[in-house]
Amino acid sequence: MKERVLNPYIGGILVGILAILIVYLTTVLIGDTKFLGTSTTFVKMAGLIEKFFVHDISNQYYDKVKLTIDWQFMFVIGIFLGALISSILSGSFRIELVPPIFRERFGNNFILRAVFAFIGGIFVAFGARLADGCPSGHGLSGMMQLSLGSLLAVIVFFSSAIIFANLIYRSRR
Amino acid sequence: MELVLGLVFGVIFGSILTLAKVIRYEKQVSAVLLKDMTIIKFMFSAVVVGSIGVNVLYQMGLINLHLKPMMIGAIVVGGILFGLGWAMTGYCPGTSVAALAEGRVHALFAILGMLVGSMIFANLYPYLKPIIEFGNLGKITIYQYFNVSPYIIIVILAIFAIGIFYFFETKKL
Repeated sequence: MKERVLNPYIGGILVGILAILIVYLTTVLIGDTKFLGTSTTFVKMAGLIEKFFVHDISNQYYDKVKLTIDWQFMFVIGIFLGALISSILSGSFRIELVPPIFRERFGNNFILRAVFAFIGGIFVAFGARLADGCPSGHGLSGMMQLSLGSLLAVIVFFSSAIIFANLIYRSRR
Repeated sequence: MELVLGLVFGVIFGSILTLAKVIRYEKQVSAVLLKDMTIIKFMFSAVVVGSIGVNVLYQMGLINLHLKPMMIGAIVVGGILFGLGWAMTGYCPGTSVAALAEGRVHALFAILGMLVGSMIFANLYPYLKPIIEFGNLGKITIYQYFNVSPYIIIVILAIFAIGIFYFFETKKL
């Protein structure tokens, strides 16, 4: 089936409009301006899982972010549902174990890909929490507010990823 | 209400990300290998459109900003770690959730890694405070820092975006 494609410029403009609607409608309807973001929700999930196993944890950071199901938590669940529905309807849904670029460089090795994804995921979340945001929170919401910290974050995110990606994926011949 | 809005906006955001293909490992790794600029086109378009709306609404007093502080130490160290992880996983927090929904099973390991990374960060948080507080300039915008109107920054951003879009299209990136 041919996949329906959304031009990245149109997609970006739609997300820009969506972000404006989010800040305006949340202010009008909830009385508090919400900006889109995702990485704090990972802390909440991690905290809820940790609390399930260790009941009486005292943790300053979990107290700071508050382990509750909030606006952003539902937003992340929404991302999953939206991606599921639209990928099925557009025909892009496909079970994939090893992505092509990884396969070209390291072979069709699912275990190795899983290890890379897992260890990389640890750095992603740790780095995002330290920098206080990810490409959604800093890259989209922070940049739209013209935040100086977000500009620095986006520059460092990309510069670092460009260096490490070239070390990882460009094989020396 | 807060939770319903979060879910609805999340579904729309997740759908746009999926249809624009920016959630894919290939697109993210190719961007930092400087081969395919789809996600840069997407992010810049969103930021230019969103920044106009967000700043007009803010200047009219209709919304509040949620600026993240300019913490030079935390953003640089966190950003470098994030870039390493991003190059390894090919996903950021928001896109990992959407990619799993699109059937990219390996994204599950990225999500698990991000949960572990969040847990590690939350538990080390008291010890990380010296890095977090290093070079903290507080919540400041780009236009406050340079003491100009926000619209000047938006115009510069838009001109820069159009320039790189033109470059990407002529180079077919």
